[in-house]
Amino acid sequence: MAFKNYILVCSGSNCDVKRAAAVHDALLKEVRDQGVENEVQVLKSGSCMALGQCPGVKILPEETLYVNVQPEDAATIITQHLKQGRPVARLLFDRTQTSKYFPPDVTTVHQKQLRIVLRNCGVIDPEKIEEYIARDGYAALEKALFQMKPDAVIDELKKSGLRGRGGGGFPTWQKWLFTKKVAADQKYIICNADEGDPGAYMDRSTLEGDPHSVLEAMTIAGYTVGASQGFIYIRAEYPLAINRLNLAIKQARERGLLGKGILGSGFDFDIELRLGAGAFVCGEETALITSIEGNRGMPSPRPPYPAVKGLWEKPTVINNVETWAAIPVILLKGGDWFGKIGTATSKGTKVFALTGKVNNCGLIEVPMGITLREIIYEIGGGMLNGKAFKAVQTGGPSGGVITKDHLDMPIDYESLAKLGSIMGSGGMIVMDEDDCMVDVSKFYLEFTVDESCGKCAPCRIGGRTLYNLVDKISKGKGTLDDVEQIRTIGLAMRKASLCGLGQTAPNPAISTLKYFETEYLAHINEKKCPAGKCRDLLTFYILPDKCIGCTLCARRCPVSCISGDRRQVHVIDTVKCIKCGECYQACKFGAVSRT
Amino acid sequence: MKNIKFEINGKAVTVKEGTTILKAAQKVNIKVPTLCFHPDLPAWAACGICVVKAEGSGKMLRACSTPVEEGMKILTHDPEIIQVRRTVIELILSTHPNDCLQCPRNLNCELQRLAAEFGVRELPFEQRLRNLPVDNTTGSIVLNPEKCVLCGRCAKVCQQMQNVWALEFIGRGEKTRIAPAADVSLGESPCIKCGQCSAHCPVGAIYEKDETREVFRALQNPDMHCVVQIAPAVRVAVGEAFGFEPGTLLTGKTYAALRQMGFKAIFDTNFGADLTIMEEASEFVERFARGHGELPLITSCCPAWVDYMEKFAPDMVPNFSSAKSPHEMVGVMAKTYYAKKMGLDPKKIFMVSIMPCTAKKYEVGRSKDMFSSGQQDVDISLTTRELARMIKSAGIDFANLPDDETCDSILGNYTGAGTIFGATGGVMEAALRTAYHMVTHKELEDVNFMAVRGLDGVKEATINIEGKEIRIAVAHWMCNIETVLDRVRAAKKANGEPAYHFIEVMACRGGCVGGGGQPYGADDEVRRKRAAGLYKDDRECGARCSHQNPQVQQIYTDFLGSPLSQQAHHYLHNKYQAKPLYRK
Amino acid sequence: MTKLNREGLAKLRAEAKSAWQARATGTGAQIIIGMGTCGIAAGAAKAWAAFEDEIAKNKLTDVQVLQTGCMGLCYSEPTVEVRVPDMPPIIYGKVDAEVARRIVRKHIVGKLLINDHIYDRPAVDAFAEKAAGKK
Repeated sequence: MAFKNYILVCSGSNCDVKRAAAVHDALLKEVRDQGVENEVQVLKSGSCMALGQCPGVKILPEETLYVNVQPEDAATIITQHLKQGRPVARLLFDRTQTSKYFPPDVTTVHQKQLRIVLRNCGVIDPEKIEEYIARDGYAALEKALFQMKPDAVIDELKKSGLRGRGGGGFPTWQKWLFTKKVAADQKYIICNADEGDPGAYMDRSTLEGDPHSVLEAMTIAGYTVGASQGFIYIRAEYPLAINRLNLAIKQARERGLLGKGILGSGFDFDIELRLGAGAFVCGEETALITSIEGNRGMPSPRPPYPAVKGLWEKPTVINNVETWAAIPVILLKGGDWFGKIGTATSKGTKVFALTGKVNNCGLIEVPMGITLREIIYEIGGGMLNGKAFKAVQTGGPSGGVITKDHLDMPIDYESLAKLGSIMGSGGMIVMDEDDCMVDVSKFYLEFTVDESCGKCAPCRIGGRTLYNLVDKISKGKGTLDDVEQIRTIGLAMRKASLCGLGQTAPNPAISTLKYFETEYLAHINEKKCPAGKCRDLLTFYILPDKCIGCTLCARRCPVSCISGDRRQVHVIDTVKCIKCGECYQACKFGAVSRT
Repeated sequence: MKNIKFEINGKAVTVKEGTTILKAAQKVNIKVPTLCFHPDLPAWAACGICVVKAEGSGKMLRACSTPVEEGMKILTHDPEIIQVRRTVIELILSTHPNDCLQCPRNLNCELQRLAAEFGVRELPFEQRLRNLPVDNTTGSIVLNPEKCVLCGRCAKVCQQMQNVWALEFIGRGEKTRIAPAADVSLGESPCIKCGQCSAHCPVGAIYEKDETREVFRALQNPDMHCVVQIAPAVRVAVGEAFGFEPGTLLTGKTYAALRQMGFKAIFDTNFGADLTIMEEASEFVERFARGHGELPLITSCCPAWVDYMEKFAPDMVPNFSSAKSPHEMVGVMAKTYYAKKMGLDPKKIFMVSIMPCTAKKYEVGRSKDMFSSGQQDVDISLTTRELARMIKSAGIDFANLPDDETCDSILGNYTGAGTIFGATGGVMEAALRTAYHMVTHKELEDVNFMAVRGLDGVKEATINIEGKEIRIAVAHWMCNIETVLDRVRAAKKANGEPAYHFIEVMACRGGCVGGGGQPYGADDEVRRKRAAGLYKDDRECGARCSHQNPQVQQIYTDFLGSPLSQQAHHYLHNKYQAKPLYRK
Repeated sequence: MTKLNREGLAKLRAEAKSAWQARATGTGAQIIIGMGTCGIAAGAAKAWAAFEDEIAKNKLTDVQVLQTGCMGLCYSEPTVEVRVPDMPPIIYGKVDAEVARRIVRKHIVGKLLINDHIYDRPAVDAFAEKAAGKK
């Protein structure tokens, strides 16, 4: 027999475990004492439910959330809430702060996330078109085809304030309008699904979870600008997304939602997939178009912009997956509704792949204007292992770092750009005290050097030179001149690279240099890596007062450079040491030190 | 078209819509530096040196590819722009070998010039060379990817101007390099050796195979009787290497320079051109008036075109004129007719041809037909660029040489028809002048066929000879040929009237004046000037039709009999065959 | 399959909606597995097999195993939503084969929730009112 209520108590790895356990035990005892053990089940949830105010207690089914709960509160919760049906006001999670981002018709529970793009991900079966249709799928297409003139569609997009989610942030309605206005015998619609930032998987998840939303939006765009053919350019490394897209296209064609005379209207539109081989640069729109045309994927100068002269020189609307997936909602709920979410210049929601040193890594969709602090400490459940927050990297290899000084800055296109980062496509990597900023910059430069197409000189040569300079610094061989060179090359790359990838490639280096110059200087002047990350700068040694002579480190050492008899203090031969860190990991007494 | 008003460096400028910032700047005498840009090609926008600022934009724009917009305020020079440009140049130099002294482009390298203009005095960045091997598999063109700055000009020329697609970018990022597609060698690739890549390369990454040493060696060999011939287009271009205006006619000075170098006899390829016309015009009359052989007849004096046809359009073999190219005709006549007259052992004759062309280096050993004298008919073919270097290294004061030096008339005397071979449409015009005579036995009152002159890619005309209409087409730069051939194929397929009766094709833009072996820096203006020099030569010739050349008449009387005779066929004609695109 | 016109789409939507509704209000239990690349990589397919096996062992007939895309809870993959009539819908994370079997035995059969694997639904569903309907 089912219980009347379930009480979930925080018990994530990041929770205040002792207090949470005490609360759990107190509730358990109280349930027994008050004789409701057959009506109420008390559980350890397995995750933190308190959005930064641990410990939290959640009562199901009504989803009441109590935060900062003390063991002494157990009795009140059981008596007042469960028995008398009166929630304990002083413990309730304050919803006012979450609701400010949300449109009025959305009932918030205790959430910082709002799913518009991801509305169906994790809800419907992506392989069943009926489930998409049950959730108002293809209603926006029907509305556009039968109740709206193309101009009205563009007008709705304009009201919504939707801007390109692939990184550039160009107003979507303008792109569409440019293409619509050009007279041409053929126009094209392209979905850019060539997601390539390290640590980013927003588009993959969207396509795997809700492929029809993209098909529907592309068809609406076709109707709006006068195109009859669409292409989805997707990387071949996304086989599941490809399968589900192919299935979705087949289902849509069978039901007349793609093809000739869609829904009995006079409008024809079809979509084909084009698989990319995974070159990062093919996410750049002109390179992507060249790649679809069957040529080597290299960017070309803009203007002409694809909106005017794109695929096979025809006017082409190209948007990324996230932008597409938001569009049916905008048409159904209205541009005004969407426009109420977010900040003055950045409307709606943004999907981020939250990764790195946070407890709850995940695919999140948040209203624009939310702060980094809310994302990291509430949605992300705080820093992993309680380490100190150092920085967040947004925009992947094109972005920069945001430091703790800016944790409370609202996230929108302009604020991020002001800090030297970018919104990017949605990668968000959280770094803690153990992350070395020189190392971070090296990581991204390695990526851009690897992925440079080689067309323009600033990116092709500058990228490698930049990487080598940062690498030199990370090895303690850098000079202050090298820092100057990084700035000089960074400027040239930003100003003279052909495409956005080259123009932004120095961002990680320039931005870490801006906010963490002292860390660079420590590598250069003191030959030290403050985060203990750059191996060449580390020295491992054994603290004599902590070593008990257990010999474990000596046995683990792959180059046998640790000597010492049993129960005697051990010594590391720093000349032979290869700085692998095995001893540091192995020692149970904290006797191995590295600086 | 709309006019656009905007400002450059504070100056108000009005240009036509679609004009790029670079062109507009040139109009008001502001020089924006470029490296990858070439006026023959659409802007590839790779190098990043031509960046300028536009008021209100945080970005810098590429002047080469950005069209001006109404009200724009462009700034082409300020300390930041100059610093960015300098950094880009220094970055390029950091991957470029520092061996200007030994480089084929020493003193006429565009990168060297930029480095000098920006006053680069040190190389601030880590030097990283790529250690790539040199490809010298064609015998015509050498590709040294180590020096390549990846401006993309050669690949774009090869693909877009020449439609050959032999060169492509391979690899990516810092490993990007220029190589034949699929990374075969140039010799195994579809390369037609036209050398346009080398003529467009801004640095010493693609250049003609240098054979000047072999020529100097032969000149020093007392056993060797060295003879030389110069092609029509050489005389109007070689002067550019000595400070003359493009198109300056320097036939006398060139002869004089060659004599000073020690050549025993100076011949002229223009004589060979007259001979070619005698054969080719006869061939045309055979096919057109007597119905012997397929129409259209297609000219075959361009070896790059012959190579293209054998690889890309072998269905045209029956339409090809079997007449050899002029320099091959001079070569074989030197080692037979001239040798006999002079009592020389043909084995001891060393024939050098000076050509505007890199493909001629390939042509001299193209097939066994090029050995019809019993020896290799032309021993070495040099480009105009190599000739200029030889003149310089021989210490000859070219500018002050006499203008009235003459050649050895036996294989040197030429008519106006011979000299215009060097410009697009010239072969057609020369052939028509003589064909008219062959059909009508009359001389033309006006020998000028204006419709076939000029730089249009495909020129079509209908010529009336005594009531018979001759449909002709002239195509140059290879990308234009397929449209002409497609019309020929369509007519063949329909079994109807041939689309044309006579077609002239030259692989290079402008014909040989724009050849791949000509001095660097050719653009359409230079091509026009060089062609004008040839038409001037034509006008000033006493005889303007090949059949009027007394030495040509002589050679038929003394040696060949008549055009298309067995003897003429043996020495002056050759065969073609289909070839695979890739030899691997 | 016949191509839809507007009426056809309206009809299909009505049917689909009531089928969706029935899922929420019906008598059967549903196990909805997050089958994105992330979930599959973390072992969602193995969990699925364990669910099917345990359902068969317990001779349960009124239980459906369904798939969906990524729920966004990457740190807790594989994730599974369990809906049992008269019980709040629950999202379980880190569901390996063993947990899957426990869910069938304890949650579906025993109507008890499982300790240490419960996660919050990550976001507000802006479409909740229109779709599944409130419990």
